[in-house]
Amino acid sequence: MINTFVGNLGHFAVILSFVSALVTAFSYYKYTVSTELDKSSWRNFSRISFYVHAAASITIAISLFEIIYQHRFEYFYAYSHSSKALPVHYMISSFWEGQEGAFILWIFWNVVLGLILIKTNKFWEGPVMIVFALVQAFLVSMIMGVVIGDLKIGSSPFVLLRDVMSAPIFQINPEFVPEDGTGLNPLLQNIWMVIHPPTLFLGYASTLVPFAFLIGGLVTKKYSEWIRPALPWAIFSAMILGMGIIMGAYWAYVTLNFGGYWNWDPVENAVYVPWLIMIAAIHTMITFKKSSTALKTSIVLVIASFILVLYATFLVRSGVLGDSSVHSFTDLGLSGQLLIYMLFFLFAAVFLAARAWKHIPTSEKEASVYSREFWIFIGATTLGLMAFQVILPTSIPVWNAIVEIFGGISNMAPPTDQVGFYTKFQLWFAVALAMLSAVGQFFWWDKIDGKALREALVVPYVVSVLISAAIIVLGKVYDLTYIVVVLAGTFTIVANSTILFRILKKSSVKLAGGSLAHIGLGMILIGVMFSSGYSEIISYNMSGLTYSNSWEDEMNKEHVLLWINKPTQIKDYTAIYRGRQKKVVGVPGYVDVKLLESTGKVNESIALNDIVVKEKTYFKKGDIVPIVLEENDYFQIDYYKEDQFQFSLNPMSQFNTTMGLISSPDSRRFINKDLYTFVAAINDFDEPEWRDDETYEVTPGETFYISDFVTTFEGGEVLTSIDGLSLEEGDVAVKAKLVVMDYDVEKRIEPIFIIRDSQVGRIPVIEKELGVKVELTNIVPEENKFVFTVNRYQKDYVVLKAIVKPQINILWVGTIIMLIGFSIAIFRRFDEFAKMRDKGLES
Amino acid sequence: MKKGHIIGIGIIAFAIVIIITSIGDASTYESFSTAKEMKMGGDDKSIHVVGQLKKDNSGRVEGIEVSDEKTSFYFMMLDNDGMEQKVFYNEPVPADFARAEQVVVIGSYKNDALFVADKILMKCPSKYQETEMKTSGV
Repeated sequence: MINTFVGNLGHFAVILSFVSALVTAFSYYKYTVSTELDKSSWRNFSRISFYVHAAASITIAISLFEIIYQHRFEYFYAYSHSSKALPVHYMISSFWEGQEGAFILWIFWNVVLGLILIKTNKFWEGPVMIVFALVQAFLVSMIMGVVIGDLKIGSSPFVLLRDVMSAPIFQINPEFVPEDGTGLNPLLQNIWMVIHPPTLFLGYASTLVPFAFLIGGLVTKKYSEWIRPALPWAIFSAMILGMGIIMGAYWAYVTLNFGGYWNWDPVENAVYVPWLIMIAAIHTMITFKKSSTALKTSIVLVIASFILVLYATFLVRSGVLGDSSVHSFTDLGLSGQLLIYMLFFLFAAVFLAARAWKHIPTSEKEASVYSREFWIFIGATTLGLMAFQVILPTSIPVWNAIVEIFGGISNMAPPTDQVGFYTKFQLWFAVALAMLSAVGQFFWWDKIDGKALREALVVPYVVSVLISAAIIVLGKVYDLTYIVVVLAGTFTIVANSTILFRILKKSSVKLAGGSLAHIGLGMILIGVMFSSGYSEIISYNMSGLTYSNSWEDEMNKEHVLLWINKPTQIKDYTAIYRGRQKKVVGVPGYVDVKLLESTGKVNESIALNDIVVKEKTYFKKGDIVPIVLEENDYFQIDYYKEDQFQFSLNPMSQFNTTMGLISSPDSRRFINKDLYTFVAAINDFDEPEWRDDETYEVTPGETFYISDFVTTFEGGEVLTSIDGLSLEEGDVAVKAKLVVMDYDVEKRIEPIFIIRDSQVGRIPVIEKELGVKVELTNIVPEENKFVFTVNRYQKDYVVLKAIVKPQINILWVGTIIMLIGFSIAIFRRFDEFAKMRDKGLES
Repeated sequence: MKKGHIIGIGIIAFAIVIIITSIGDASTYESFSTAKEMKMGGDDKSIHVVGQLKKDNSGRVEGIEVSDEKTSFYFMMLDNDGMEQKVFYNEPVPADFARAEQVVVIGSYKNDALFVADKILMKCPSKYQETEMKTSGV
């Protein structure tokens, strides 16, 4: 039965949410302009209206989740983004796999932020909430799914499958409900993908808060007062965006096989750029609070960060990136709507800022080289240029699109070596930032002149040179560029630590946010330098064989082929591929696929033998075994050093019918490095192309070769019963016992030969891992000979890539320290705001 | 001249440097014939070529030669002008390669007979755009 209720409820909630957003915007406007007498009734009405909007928005989210959770595959969203096999936490990922779900998430966060702002602000409630409500109206319109004539507004997540697909089944039976959905993109079946998108969207949503305060300030002519309430939110936004970026990077590192945590993909760049601008905005806003300069710069930066988030959304979701990104979304026909959304707020903000421009206070005096304002300004400029350098090439597809609109042809393509291209600029910018953040901190806390500065910096400078020297020698950093990176990184760590200790000694930890964040920056810089600059591919072809005397051999073969059971040298390790495994519910580690046989039901197998781990039996032979995501194969690779077993890694791969081979790495974590490995190609078991018959005539006890395998024929055995076949009176069944040696592994292959009423039956054995099929074709009793027919395919194998990433932990620790720094700063700035508000000095 | 002006000029100069290098490092979309001309003209820049895999009459992809160690392969590609070209890629065959509706190779000519791809982008039939569905349900 098709359940239309949930969908109708959801769709109704969308409409209600949209209408109530518009009503809220209007009534808050009335509240802002009305006289004191009417204010309170307008405020109450506005709040109720926003609460209705909030309730409706949450209903949208619940309805959509209900559709996924209850496996209502009559809905297109559930059908195309989920399946029955998914555990609950991945259903959450299904929720935001589609763009509509992502918009709902964004709407939800805006609602949460809006409710907090209503609670925490008095003066600013009206103007800020107008901006909020308008943004919400635009966002909700993206999921409206209303068609007026040729105009389509939004894409609804609540459409039924039969309204989207033109499969003939719906003409026969409109009530048809597919048995299962097409599932979740396997790359998103990762715990980081459950928490990364909400974090990132909270980051997106939170850029609205400082922007809304700014617009409120411009409209109410409080040109500088908006800074105080906006500042903690700006820092919050930078922190959450930063956290979202890092989680995304970490997800990429543990899930994707492009070999790292950052690839300068357009989608990554699109978030990185607003983050940089938000960081710049924080710095100029703090400067303004200290010395009343940089207000205009702050205004420009806050507008830019918000608009850039919308631009990022436009880039990722309009389909304009097309070929140039690995993970842009398909075009849902929302590009026009997204463009209007972005341009509306761009023009509104520019108009309001321009109108107020000459009234905005500026300081006339020229900033001295020995003032913090000067250095902060240089820092903000560096961040701005950094952002510019990234967004410009990322926008090449947009440029092509614009040229085409005007009838031209542009064949520009993004730079081919993305990593090299961006790194050569961003590296030096980052070095400059590290230096600025070291020197800048001294200006920050002291009024200082040239002489005092030199004195203050001498000790940190000497200490950091000494530490750098140690790092350079121990880490074998002999590249000049990287030596500079080490120097700059350690300098900012040392200088900021000096400041940190002074702060902790003299005043409270509340003021330590800035220096902590900068220490984090220094560590990130050094961690990135080592883990990327000195990442080393160790899976070179070491077989020593030259295949043909051509230029190909000169190219680096960055992958190594591992045949099953065959020891292969990978730099210092000897690696042996040991076969495929699955994850089983309740069993620690992995279970060999040879122990499992699928029952034909989703995620279910029968145990072909007892499943024992560390002497504990988890399943008995014949038990039904629940599998965790049966599509996933884990490839066990054992690593040895000088014949001593070291560890096993189990990189995952999934042969997905819609997406091809999906491969996830597995890494061995050491304190000072990671060994990162993934499979790049696997053997296809399903349709082996058996080679021609090979016939062997052997006597019991004889040893012969099947392919390269030393095979011993132990002899025949008359059977009285056979699994899965009932023997009748007069039947003769004989089993041949073959022992095949493959390196250190012994395999028993036992084909069966049956005679019933002078008819011959044969049960061959297929040994998948070795790629052989053995049939006991005939028995010649007079010569005591057994005749075997053997077909060969190929042994199981994986093609592996292994990379060593040194000091990656410095990077992760650095990011955590930076986030702690942000948190402390948020706390301090919000405290300042709350104290002033409670004194009645909110504006 | 005031210090502010010097900084301003510095920023503008730097921005111009960024724009120029971006344009300089930007790649272009070419066909195999224009790419070959570039190579003949001594330009080794890496470029994008869009096209399809070569298929036989029954729609099967033909001309894929995998190396013995399975870590690299050759294939035949037709660009959008229909020109046929042998391409080498120093990576294992991507699993969904033969299903790609469209491929973009990024690289350059090694000599006048062989194009070497540094990177391949594939457009596969997306599950979001499917209009047919399995009708195995209830």
